[in-house]
Amino acid sequence: MLKINNLHASVEDKFILRGINLEVNAGEVHAIMGPNGSGKSTLAAVIAGKEEYEVSEGEILLNGQNIDELAAEERAHKGIFLSFQYPVEIPGVSVTNFMKTAINANRKAKGLDDMPANEMLKLIREKSEMLEIDRKFLSRSLNEGFSGGEKKRNEIFQMAMLEPKLAILDETDSGLDIDAMRIVANGVNKLKNKDNAVIVITHYQRLLDYIVPDFVHVLYDGRIVKSGGKELAHELEEKGYDWIKEEVNA
Amino acid sequence: MELKEKLISSFLAFENLIDVDSSIHDVRSEAIKLFEAQGFPSKRDEAWKYTSLNTVLKYNYSIFPKHENAIEYNDVKKYFIHDIDTYKIVFIDGKYSSHLSQTTHDGIDVCLMSSALTKPKYQLIIENYFNKIATKDGLTSLNTAFCWEGAYIHIAKNKLVAKPIQIVHFSTGNESAMMLQPRNLIVVDENSHVQIIERHQSLNDNPVLTNSVTEIFANKRAIVDYYKIQNDNENASLIDNTFINQKQESIASVHTFSFGGKLTRNNLNFYQNGEHIDSTLKGVTIIGNKQHVDHNTLVHHIEPNCESHQDYKGIFGDNSTGVFNGRVIVNREAQKTNAFQANNNILVSDKASINTKPQLEIFADDVKCSHGCTIGQLDDSAMFYMRSRGIPEKEAKALLMYAFSNNVLSSVKIPEIKQRITKIIATKLGVNIGFDL
Repeated sequence: MLKINNLHASVEDKFILRGINLEVNAGEVHAIMGPNGSGKSTLAAVIAGKEEYEVSEGEILLNGQNIDELAAEERAHKGIFLSFQYPVEIPGVSVTNFMKTAINANRKAKGLDDMPANEMLKLIREKSEMLEIDRKFLSRSLNEGFSGGEKKRNEIFQMAMLEPKLAILDETDSGLDIDAMRIVANGVNKLKNKDNAVIVITHYQRLLDYIVPDFVHVLYDGRIVKSGGKELAHELEEKGYDWIKEEVNA
Repeated sequence: MELKEKLISSFLAFENLIDVDSSIHDVRSEAIKLFEAQGFPSKRDEAWKYTSLNTVLKYNYSIFPKHENAIEYNDVKKYFIHDIDTYKIVFIDGKYSSHLSQTTHDGIDVCLMSSALTKPKYQLIIENYFNKIATKDGLTSLNTAFCWEGAYIHIAKNKLVAKPIQIVHFSTGNESAMMLQPRNLIVVDENSHVQIIERHQSLNDNPVLTNSVTEIFANKRAIVDYYKIQNDNENASLIDNTFINQKQESIASVHTFSFGGKLTRNNLNFYQNGEHIDSTLKGVTIIGNKQHVDHNTLVHHIEPNCESHQDYKGIFGDNSTGVFNGRVIVNREAQKTNAFQANNNILVSDKASINTKPQLEIFADDVKCSHGCTIGQLDDSAMFYMRSRGIPEKEAKALLMYAFSNNVLSSVKIPEIKQRITKIIATKLGVNIGFDL
């Protein structure tokens, strides 16, 4: 589904990604771990199409197609979804209205008419119940005044509504207490199937107890320096990242 | 002949044409002298530093319409809030149009300035209120000198006026260029509540210059909600001079929606003459091309324990220009004043510009006054967030701009106006953003 070859990316002439190789197939869950500043969030943003990042070398292929020239919204239409580490507050637009706009924009891109209002309401009800989101929450301005946990739950709610092919969860566990994490992880697991894929970016192992990865990659200094199965996450939890740094720097 | 000379030399003819023996003859005569002495403001005047009238004063305006012009309701229905029942006071080229209007004398007076100025039964109100708070600057004096027609609204005490009142001025463009000077007087007595919608609309591309003066008196515990819809075509210019005198415990709000016109200047003045008064001044400006909108506000806190809230949002595209000059005066006696002012602007083009200037003159020591102005572009991180959800750039921009102006809309109390304004915004931004605004 996703194939990244030798990806180099920079922002304001500063190289952050220095040759990433990654292959994610349908049905898989990949975890990307690594110390702060290793380039995890940059990788997520580059895949989602953030314009500030310059791809200088390498390519990102989605189902064989190079998506380098595609705008963020076109990548979304192709099924890429990014759950933000810091979701943006948009005062004046309710969660419901934002979702309606997003859903219908995606439908329009596929040549479909707007979703009928009753169908939309049903979908919103179903998905918000799954994530145990209070009805009142949906009429509030998007992310405005939300707690850290509410923001993250709202990200997964959006993912549930949009049903992406490739979901990238950027530090979705930060700011979540254990109950909220369980709800969020349950949501992700329910959405998971053999036709889609998830990339979980996290600093800690604990989310991976709930969303169990097939592969774990360690990102350090803009490169994937180690890959393994889920046991690698446990090893990192126990030993920290210093031994990886030492290995790389040796 | 320069417009100023033309106006001065037309004054005698004007008074002869209407009513030279009018009770306000002396007021008019004094006013034309004041105009003669001051003339039109220029950029040398501090309050007009960023707004030049040169481009609108150059036309050879007709001072009086030469013809009686009629229009059919169906042709202009769209300019009314027509989905609810309202009173209507409608003028065509400055003259009252009875067939488009719906006035009343049933417990309240919703009628015409021309009859208020001539009929004895209104004499007392005219004596007590007319030209009592309008300032004596050149433009206001010019309007006073040529004062004849406009809306006259008097709400006696303890009346809740169930239907909003629409004041609509049409210019047909049958004259090659037309100057209009409507004069409104609105007196709302104790405990009464009224909602008013004002609109100026020209029906073709001939230049129109409107110099309007409105005096509003909100007496004890009165509530006045005033909405100004400024969405005229690009050869129409408007100078709106509005003066509001509030008595104790009254609540008055003016929402100004400026979406069109060539040059629009809003001189909006609130005077708080009593305690526990609440004043709200809000505006949304969305313009492009070479349009210019200037908000010049004054809130004068004269007595203690009062509040004022100002919130103006502006979105400027193309070569458009904006001005916000918000003056707040807090007298030494006006302790415990809460005065808030915000002016936020988004420039969506490199060539658009805004001059914003808060002007606080505070002479009391126990007050809360805040002001803030921002000028920015659309937030890149918000744009990326929305686009990453599949919302195309244009729609994302529109949604952000809509959201930006939304908290001004949220205090609009007539749902039909809110719907209308949001529709105008969506049309202006050129998008269907997926839900009913």
